[in-house]
Amino acid sequence: MTTQEQINTHTISVLVDNEAGVLARVIGLFSGRGYNIDSLTVAEVDDGAHTSRITVVTTGTPMVIEQIKAQLGRLVPVHRVVDLTVETDSVERELALIKVSGKGEARVEALRMSEAFRARVVDATPDSFVFELTGRTEKIDAFIGLMRPLGLKEVSRTGVAAIARGAEAM
Amino acid sequence: MSEMMTGAQIVLKALQDQGVEHIFGYPGGAVLPIYDEIFQQDAVEHILVRHEQGATHAAEGYARSTGKPGVVLVTSGPGATNAVTGLTDALMDSIPMVCITGQVATHLIGNDAFQEADTVGITRPCTKHNYLVKSADDLPRILHEAFQVATTGRPGPVVVDIPKDVQFAEAKYMRPAAVEHKTYKPQLKGDIEAIYTAVDLISKAKKPVFYTGGGVINSGPQASQLLREFVKLTGFPITSTLMGLGAFPSADPQWLGMLGMHGTYEANLAMHDCDVMINIGARFDDRITGRLDAFSPNSKKIHIDIDPSSINKNVMADVPIIGDVAHVLEDMLRVWKSRAAEPDKKALADWWTEIEAWRARKCLAYRKDTKAIKPQYAVERLYELTKGPNTYITTEVGQHQMWAAQYYRFEEPNRWMTSGGLGTMGYGIPAAVGVQVAHPDALVIDIAGEASVLMTMQEISTAVQYRLPVKIFILNNEYMGMVRQWQELLHGGRYSSSYSEALPDFVKLAEAYGATGIRAEKPDELDDAIRKMMQTKGPVIFDCIVTKDENCFPMIPSGAAHNDMLLADDQGLDVEVSDAGKVMV
Repeated sequence: MTTQEQINTHTISVLVDNEAGVLARVIGLFSGRGYNIDSLTVAEVDDGAHTSRITVVTTGTPMVIEQIKAQLGRLVPVHRVVDLTVETDSVERELALIKVSGKGEARVEALRMSEAFRARVVDATPDSFVFELTGRTEKIDAFIGLMRPLGLKEVSRTGVAAIARGAEAM
Repeated sequence: MSEMMTGAQIVLKALQDQGVEHIFGYPGGAVLPIYDEIFQQDAVEHILVRHEQGATHAAEGYARSTGKPGVVLVTSGPGATNAVTGLTDALMDSIPMVCITGQVATHLIGNDAFQEADTVGITRPCTKHNYLVKSADDLPRILHEAFQVATTGRPGPVVVDIPKDVQFAEAKYMRPAAVEHKTYKPQLKGDIEAIYTAVDLISKAKKPVFYTGGGVINSGPQASQLLREFVKLTGFPITSTLMGLGAFPSADPQWLGMLGMHGTYEANLAMHDCDVMINIGARFDDRITGRLDAFSPNSKKIHIDIDPSSINKNVMADVPIIGDVAHVLEDMLRVWKSRAAEPDKKALADWWTEIEAWRARKCLAYRKDTKAIKPQYAVERLYELTKGPNTYITTEVGQHQMWAAQYYRFEEPNRWMTSGGLGTMGYGIPAAVGVQVAHPDALVIDIAGEASVLMTMQEISTAVQYRLPVKIFILNNEYMGMVRQWQELLHGGRYSSSYSEALPDFVKLAEAYGATGIRAEKPDELDDAIRKMMQTKGPVIFDCIVTKDENCFPMIPSGAAHNDMLLADDQGLDVEVSDAGKVMV
């Protein structure tokens, strides 16, 4: 489309059969059709039924988002596609492991910040910490931003896992 | 059914249980066990092609002309990679196909073994679905699933990649009835509320048009019948995409001809000016819409499609109906009749007056020539001399394809096989081979160009081997004509690499293959030459020498709107094409 439309971020949950190549199908769909992947998480969620849940955070115009959902739904091993941003109120969480090194005042400040953010220290040496932090993406971004001047070394993030609020299952 | 069978036996048993009578293939190391089983039975006939691409197009022709899935069998590595073009073609044009590929033994996968390729990786984006069979126990289920996925919903190609050790391994066979897919269940019935809304809109329309596509053909002959009934009941004009030709009879006065880039003036202007568009099984492809923001600006659009991803992809639908064309049309007709709905006859009469004025432009008229054969004239004469319910036309890709679509006329579905979405040069000969295998007594003609036809010329050898009397009718203008036309239009007439130099003598080439060669160079010898072609028992290559610089009109230059067409009498191609248009293909 030539018209300029609003670009929105959507969190989409996809329930798939946990069979060989299913993740490649989903990723190939995004790359092949030029869609964005901001984050992607995947793991088996029901070992009896062999289903996995893929959570994709993506951006696009309303038309593109609708296409993404339709294209995902068309994949043969896909059970369900739910747009958590549109269809429901949802809880989104991400886990990050954040390595910070420093001495003296910076080190103390980093520890103090981690307490304020309720991050856990999962590894410590005389001149480094590894913090574990869960929360919404914005919270993790904020914490990483604060760590940057305090000796931020390395970040590992899981990407977003999300689930709808309330009693209903997808 | 607890009898143990080898994987290769399971393949043949599954094919028989799926009602497969013909498969198109080429042997190789990784499929030898399956070929050994083919040798020992008579139920499934194997057609040996000359290149795996040929097998895929033959299967497409077979499928398109029968409504049954086309089945392909190729070996690992190059066998599978050569099939990729045909798989992509089948995906784009929604052709049901099951392609069985051999694979190196499971313990060798990933070792860069001889003739190993990551077939499921390579074919993932060009199939509707694909499988790597890691155990013979899974083979019966996967084979039956493959046929189900290929033939239902929006049809498409499915690859089943079978390692050689799995072909030797023993397992229990399972009948098709025992297989049901866990997740794959396409929606056939349309939402009844949407159908009510559509009927309401249709009955109030003042300038309606039916815009139909390949989905009508794919839905089966009943869909074409229902379409005809609905079009007759409403009295609305109807146009169709390239893929949908034949669903509605071209002899009918309500037929406006094909629409799109090389569609008729009346069809495109009706699309542009309509107030209600009824899209049945078409996908608003860029060849159809032209400039999107100027596409049919004042219409409400009803869009019937079995594939939810076709809805709102390019053009927003006001009334989307997801379902199979025949199912939806059946409901629509029922609702129409039960409401005793009537079209707005007064408005419709005015609309037809407008359309007749556009029709009077006679956009397909061309200047006759007494000395040289015009390509349009060649197709017109071919049509007059070969038309009939038992005639099947395939094409290659390019100008000749558009002239075939414009000047050959179709009264029935499944008579027209062409590569629409992918635009695969070299489609026509192997597709004709596939059609002729399915319809041994039919007249099967490939309307070809001299450049396209050389891409898969070797399949003439297949036709000769199996005594398939296909007729290859080459419009020989010594140019890749559509490339040349675009170079004239967009690139200052610099004909970079579009001249067909060093062409073979097609008559001698035919003879070298054991076929018959015929040449026509003058208009007054054309009819007799075509008659001679029809009287010839075996395959024929007909070298029809046509004028070299003819352009294909009407034309909507890329990036232009429907009401911005070039007509043949507009003298040449001195038009400005927008920068946005230039980047379009």
